[in-house]
Amino acid sequence: MAFEGSKNYIASKDLKISVKAAMHLEKPLLIKGEPGTGKTLLAEEIATVLNKPLYTWHIKSTTKAQQGLYEYDAVSRLRDSQLGLEKVAQIGNYIVKGVIWKAFDSEEQSVLLIDEIDKADIEFPNDLLLELDRMEFDCYELQKRVKAKHRPIIIITSNNEKELPDAFLRRCLFHYIQFPDKQQMEAIVQVHFPNLNQRLMQEALRLFYQFREIQGLKKRPSTSELIDWIKLLIMDGTEGDELSNMDVFKEIPQHIEALIKNEKDLDILNHFKQIGGNSNAY
Amino acid sequence: MFLDFFILLRDNGINASLHEHLSLLEGLEKKIIGQSIDDFYYLSRAIYVKNEAQLDRFDQLFGHYFKGLEYIPEELVFNIPNEWLQKNLMRHLSDEDKAKIKAMGGLEKLIERFKELLKEQKKRHEGGSKWIGTGGVSPFGAFGFNPEGFRIGQHENRHRQAIKVWDERNFENLDEGQELNTRNIKMALRYLREFTREGEEDVLDLNATIKATSKNAGSLELIMQAERRNNVKVLLFFDVGGSMDDHVELCSQFFSAARYEFKHMEFFYFHNCIYEKVWKDNARRHQDYTKTFDVLNQFNGDYKVIIVGDAAMSPYEIFLNGGSVEHFNEEAGVVWLNRLKAHFKHIVWINPNPSGVWKYYQSTISLLEIMDNKMYPMSIEGIRTAIEKLLKPAY
Repeated sequence: MAFEGSKNYIASKDLKISVKAAMHLEKPLLIKGEPGTGKTLLAEEIATVLNKPLYTWHIKSTTKAQQGLYEYDAVSRLRDSQLGLEKVAQIGNYIVKGVIWKAFDSEEQSVLLIDEIDKADIEFPNDLLLELDRMEFDCYELQKRVKAKHRPIIIITSNNEKELPDAFLRRCLFHYIQFPDKQQMEAIVQVHFPNLNQRLMQEALRLFYQFREIQGLKKRPSTSELIDWIKLLIMDGTEGDELSNMDVFKEIPQHIEALIKNEKDLDILNHFKQIGGNSNAY
Repeated sequence: MFLDFFILLRDNGINASLHEHLSLLEGLEKKIIGQSIDDFYYLSRAIYVKNEAQLDRFDQLFGHYFKGLEYIPEELVFNIPNEWLQKNLMRHLSDEDKAKIKAMGGLEKLIERFKELLKEQKKRHEGGSKWIGTGGVSPFGAFGFNPEGFRIGQHENRHRQAIKVWDERNFENLDEGQELNTRNIKMALRYLREFTREGEEDVLDLNATIKATSKNAGSLELIMQAERRNNVKVLLFFDVGGSMDDHVELCSQFFSAARYEFKHMEFFYFHNCIYEKVWKDNARRHQDYTKTFDVLNQFNGDYKVIIVGDAAMSPYEIFLNGGSVEHFNEEAGVVWLNRLKAHFKHIVWINPNPSGVWKYYQSTISLLEIMDNKMYPMSIEGIRTAIEKLLKPAY
């Protein structure tokens, strides 16, 4: 039972080993990387390929660690007591399970995705140390200890907005997803467009990597943007020949809006165009 | 196993702990990877490195440590008889030696001695099979270490000359050459908090609800309240240029930490001492500036003021009209500082110079006096004390 990538997801060798290590060493795998390199997708693919249930916890700036465990819904209990309902007597009826609890409760090993952990408060990762280490926590209202039936495979993604505490990092394995090189990218594009004509693919990739090399771009286009762009090119019926002699420093290809997401970046391109492609002049 | 690799990493700034090292051994034991050095590279990288900025350094260290080892054909490694290795070590370490090592007690020494032994052996085997052997097994049980599996070396690459993954140094760009260590500063700044409830009422106030409900003879009445938010307002003044250049890194860490921690934060730059002008963009300081009087008018006295500067200048710059190094100031720096002090009730000075050297600068001594001793070094401890001072109610 190992994760080998899938027909929708091309995994590099180091990523495969990291995933395997995370499964066998039973440690959370912390994934970082440029936006659009498929961090979140990884957990979904692992779950699909290994045929395991996936539990996703999207972290926001207001998310508290407790919410991943459980919440006590005092308001509905209060309301139900007004209505004189039977179930009021049982506090258990008002404990709302969080994502971690659900993953712990799963009858088979599950995949738990904690997405964008860096969005939360700076203390947040520390509040989860024990839970992730021992795979158990206490529910005070029910006075019981919740233990994972099967240790879930935990994937944590981070966009590097905040540094994570050392104690937390020490419990994780770390993998940095590198931006795919041209060869990997071809394979990735192939997955999305199995019947893409080779000429268009080659030219689109050439221009795409040329874009990425421009110095000073605020947001370099990533895989998902490339996919969108190719989609638009195909809709236009572009064959690839039109792009063949194009140089991003001299002219701006069609549907640039799919690749460039920032006004200032567009200004940089326009600037290149005006000075006629002499990139040293910038 | 690989203990000296682990020590090499630690000595060179990869902050791995024993915990991680044990994980690696566990991983090897569980046979997560095959017997290829590429796999070993990936596995050890995933375990030891926790920050992409360190990936490049790890690649270099890995290359350094395993140089020349990557081309050993797998089958050869597994054909070395185990007894050969054991006996080998036994032969070279007499009982006396063993006692000596025990007396020396240190692992470092042990490794050193061990390497010497291996070196000797290497010479004798010159021209032979080129193997220098691996570490032995059990004689050092008493130390609680098992120095098994030192480098297995081969001197020449007789095989292909492929570039190995770690030699490609794919992560070079991510090594920013500086420790990304703003976390400690953020933690210190966290103490500067003033929680207030303002804005939309979107959280249930349980106590008030219970009270209202009981008043209502038991029929439910929900009371909402606004969430608690940190509403502390902070005004930062940064000294830039000149002697402050030595502290740029520390200051930018402080700045980015502060920027993240406080929602209401304004900052201005000054040079050496605060005079009638401050500015926000250092490149355009002569065109785009703000009058210090405007700052005093715009920000009310509730703002907590932090001045960051090394307070190292000529005393003229503080006490004399026209004493500034840059322009002719009509009023002396001390006049402006006193104005700030009178307007803002909470004001501290944070100095990137360590407090031990303050007494060597006449200007620092004077500023300490002007600031009523509210000057603190830019260490975690210093920042914490400064924050405490800022939070004390004004007298």
